[in-house]
Amino acid sequence: MNHDEIRELLHPYSDGELDLLTAREVEHHLRSCDDCRALEAQIGVLRSALTNDAPAYRAPAQLRRNVRAALRREAKADERGFSPWLIFATGAVCAIAVAGLILLQTIRTSRGNAIVDEVVSNHVRSLLVTHLVDVASSDQHTVKPWFDGKVDFAPEVRDLSAAGFPLVGGRLDYLGGKTVAALVYYRNKHPINVFIMPAIKSRDTAVSASTLRGYHILAWTHDEMYYWAVSDLNQTELRQLIDLLEQ
Amino acid sequence: MFRLTESPRLSDFERKVLPHLDAAYNLARFLMRNDQDAEDVVQEAALRAFRFFASFRGENSRAWFLSIVRNTSFTVLKRNRPDEANVVFDEELHGAQTPPLEAGVALDRAQDRQTIRAAIEQLPPEFRETITLRELEDLSYKEIADIAGAPIGTIMSRLARARRQLQVTLSKRYSK
Repeated sequence: MNHDEIRELLHPYSDGELDLLTAREVEHHLRSCDDCRALEAQIGVLRSALTNDAPAYRAPAQLRRNVRAALRREAKADERGFSPWLIFATGAVCAIAVAGLILLQTIRTSRGNAIVDEVVSNHVRSLLVTHLVDVASSDQHTVKPWFDGKVDFAPEVRDLSAAGFPLVGGRLDYLGGKTVAALVYYRNKHPINVFIMPAIKSRDTAVSASTLRGYHILAWTHDEMYYWAVSDLNQTELRQLIDLLEQ
Repeated sequence: MFRLTESPRLSDFERKVLPHLDAAYNLARFLMRNDQDAEDVVQEAALRAFRFFASFRGENSRAWFLSIVRNTSFTVLKRNRPDEANVVFDEELHGAQTPPLEAGVALDRAQDRQTIRAAIEQLPPEFRETITLRELEDLSYKEIADIAGAPIGTIMSRLARARRQLQVTLSKRYSK
């Protein structure tokens, strides 16, 4: 390696990131090159200043307490989700459902509403707690593989910038107690969340629209996947996105 | 009412993830540059981490948690302070020719940690992140690359530029 190449390696050399052979080559060069030796020394001076003066921040005790308390609340909420009462209630609901088709229909509707409610809450939360995306990219080839190993299905990811719906990124979210993929698109200034989860052996359905707390929600099933799109964007434009996604 | 024990998921999480709360706060604090935002970010990141803890299979819970902290921080920065988040490294201004930082003269006076902190905080976010993770948390290039979602080569060049810039800032301050 020549002088310039060695010079490039002085930072990784100082960080102990070079393999043994390369490190020895750098050492050898340092013995004969004042210029590189000076630079290497500079890096050392700076690094020891950074470490010696211990500028790292430590978590305040109050934050530690707050985090623990918040986790307890969250864990408790989870447990309630699996409480024997809920299991009992579900059993009762099932028994009644067998008794009457009409009642079954009612339960279905309310469950559908519960999901819609969750979709809207997730959407609002993604904006409020300022966690819109885990992977920020308009490149579908970055966003799609990001979901690999994080969810047990491969969501269809398409950038629709050309049609005026730029892809902003992807995120994991929870819906109906399952981990789902969330894709985030923008239309002008309106963020759109598209939630995707597998719908094994379900037939494609037409888009059903609802409105809740000022948000438009469109739900449909396509290629054995459930989709929900939610936004404060008007329904007509939101439908355009869905037509594009279904193509 | 039927609860007999503490949630096993919670105690597992407290054992594996909470020891990294200092590292999490340190990263968030350097990215957000104020106490309150850093605390909000860490709290939010801890809750998110807990929600997804069931799907965490890796060995390195510190890097995993820090990547959630980092993503939460950048989301907040982009949303609330877009101008700051998009700061690019200005090579013109920061100059390729680095004044030498004299060992023993310049930095022996840099005892005040506030000076170092302020110098780090002047860097653009991605560079603050790299310096914090490398110098203060002692993470490897590979771990930093995973957390920042950038190739190792990028981390390497960010680190070199960030260090050069720190030298400039610190030597300027101490030559006055």
